[in-house]
Amino acid sequence: MSDDGQLILEVRDLVVRAGDRLILDGLSLAVRAGEVHAIMGPNGSGKSTLTGVLAGRPGFEVVSGSATYLGRDLLAMAPELRAREGLFLAFQYPVEIPGVNNVYLLKAALNAQRKHRGLPELDAFEFLNLVRAKLASMRMDETLLNRGVNEGFSGGEKKRNEIMQMSLLEPTLALLDETDSGLDIDALKVVAEGVNAMRAPSRAIVLVTHYQRLLDHVVPDQVHVLAGGRIVKSGGRELALELERRGYDWLRPGTAAA
Amino acid sequence: MSAKQPELETLVARKYRHGFVTDIASDTVAPGLDEDVIRLISAKKNEPAFMLDWRLKAYRRWMRMTEPAWAHVHYPPIDFQAISYFSAPKQGKDGPKSLAEVDPKLLETYDKLGIPLHERARLAGVAVDAVFDSVSVATTFKERLAEAGVIFCPFSEAVQNHPAIVEKYLGSVVPVGDNFYAALNSAVFTDGSFVFVPKGVRCPMELSTYFRINAAKTGQFERTLIIAEEATYVSYLEGCTAPQRDENQLHAAVVELVALEDAQIKYSTVQNWYPGDEHGVGGIYNFVTKRGDCRGRNSKISWTQVETGSAITWKYPSCILRGDGSVGEFHSVALANHRQQADTGTKMIHMGRNTSSTIISKGISAGHGQNAYRGLVKVLPGADGARNHTQCDSLLMGPDCGAHTFPYIEVRNPTAVVEHEATTSKISDDQLFYCLQRGISAEDAVNMIVNGFCREVFRELPMEFAVEAQNLLAVSLEGAVG
Repeated sequence: MSDDGQLILEVRDLVVRAGDRLILDGLSLAVRAGEVHAIMGPNGSGKSTLTGVLAGRPGFEVVSGSATYLGRDLLAMAPELRAREGLFLAFQYPVEIPGVNNVYLLKAALNAQRKHRGLPELDAFEFLNLVRAKLASMRMDETLLNRGVNEGFSGGEKKRNEIMQMSLLEPTLALLDETDSGLDIDALKVVAEGVNAMRAPSRAIVLVTHYQRLLDHVVPDQVHVLAGGRIVKSGGRELALELERRGYDWLRPGTAAA
Repeated sequence: MSAKQPELETLVARKYRHGFVTDIASDTVAPGLDEDVIRLISAKKNEPAFMLDWRLKAYRRWMRMTEPAWAHVHYPPIDFQAISYFSAPKQGKDGPKSLAEVDPKLLETYDKLGIPLHERARLAGVAVDAVFDSVSVATTFKERLAEAGVIFCPFSEAVQNHPAIVEKYLGSVVPVGDNFYAALNSAVFTDGSFVFVPKGVRCPMELSTYFRINAAKTGQFERTLIIAEEATYVSYLEGCTAPQRDENQLHAAVVELVALEDAQIKYSTVQNWYPGDEHGVGGIYNFVTKRGDCRGRNSKISWTQVETGSAITWKYPSCILRGDGSVGEFHSVALANHRQQADTGTKMIHMGRNTSSTIISKGISAGHGQNAYRGLVKVLPGADGARNHTQCDSLLMGPDCGAHTFPYIEVRNPTAVVEHEATTSKISDDQLFYCLQRGISAEDAVNMIVNGFCREVFRELPMEFAVEAQNLLAVSLEGAVG
């Protein structure tokens, strides 16, 4: 952890509602280039809302506060623009799109981003070479390319597919929403290797997770505990281990800290 | 949320690309229909007596028939006396002998539409017949096909040069009195395409007809007859466009296919008639009868259609599975956007033993579009071992459109196995957001999802048509996500 990396994401006093329910209640977070942050918290604490709001998922109302991405007002940007500017969300529940080739979606995504950045679009041949290399690194079967997007994928395949997309799109800010949930230990290791391979001085990664076991494989620079819609405690890796031992109850608002 | 999520409902608004009018002198008969008009058409076509008799028989049947009202479509009454039943681009007395003699404006029109009529078509390897208003203007590759023994020519030419074949097969699949529009077509049809594949020949290239309605206040009534003799194969494609006009125009075609023993006919359509504007003004009324007769043992007829145009589509390409072991297939994508109405499907009539049929229907409704699948699977008492599988999927885009399914199943043989599966789905916000989060625009995302939905049908199309069909669908839905 260092303070000299470029500030990539800065969230200030974010208050977010979904319907009549207040979900985030004054959340603040700063993430710098080169850092890996883990956001942990009990079910219903607002973890997925945070990644959703940052990526531009519909259905949330930002009541107050701000989110700045590379100095720009993130919340004013359209979701596809956020993506093309390098913000990537690995979904907790990757959606199935029947009949659409996985490879077709990947190519459209990469080329949309390249076009946005003024780079030439890759042709089918160049793209296939690139994606084959990424697949091999994720130990994924090439047949997944020609299947429908996430169609009939196992839970583990879906998550690995998300990480493969991340490595292809090389984001500046990667948000991973419970990517470890539902994975057996081997799949977890593959996913963790994928995330570790993405660690870079120019990139920031935010892992949202319920359990500490992913953090055995991906060592975070900072750990935050989200409860009651705000970050109630931050610390280093040891905080995650403490949570593993003590659970979350001692950190809930209204509970006296031990 | 401060970033605006594009609304699916606003997804729908795009100009029709083929809406131009060709300024060309035409020889158009005054509106109205009586026996004199039919005699005139027959005389203009220099037809033998059997044709005129056949037309008059059809006309007399038509006079006693009423328009069908059972389809799930709504439109003001059609004044059949306000339509001109014959329109032809003016030309020299005997018509063009070769492409060099065809009016350059006509060729320009087909160029604009991307239809290769010239020799460069050789590269594409597709033989093209082009029907402009009521008349066939040019057929390419006639010689090469003739070497193989395949006859591919305008219908009117077939009447002149092969009257015996025409007389034998015309109306043998769709009789003159079959239905209101088929009877009207039989009385007044002016041209169309004719294909004859003699015994044992595999047609060496894709055959294609391009239909274009140009003149105002005309109807287009073309007739296509395809005969595949024993042990043959032929693949035939048709495409259709029309200018953008405020009044509705009638298109009432008839297609008859005959497959003898071990013959296979693959018939593909990409229909893009002018659909009318977003308020439902103008557009083609497409009332078409298409039917194939699997007359011989182990014959196969396969229909693939992509219906994106027309204000109203009323069309049920069907198969009569007469020969033992014959196979019928129907693959359809029908799009109803804006105020379009589509009532389409198929009939599979199982008569022979061990006959099988497959129906895959994909309906897409957007805007105020109404899309109905109507299908009949009928198994007659003698059809031992008949099998049918029907899959009927509807995709809804926005709150104001509709999808309807009317499957009719009549089974009179206890050994038959008939399956029907149906789904209705929407493009979910989750699917759309997933694509957006990968940097893909809402419009591209919708196209991608819709194309994925149609994939099973598109892969049945010949390659160059599959690409065209995808682009067409994209154009027809452009603007459907704001």
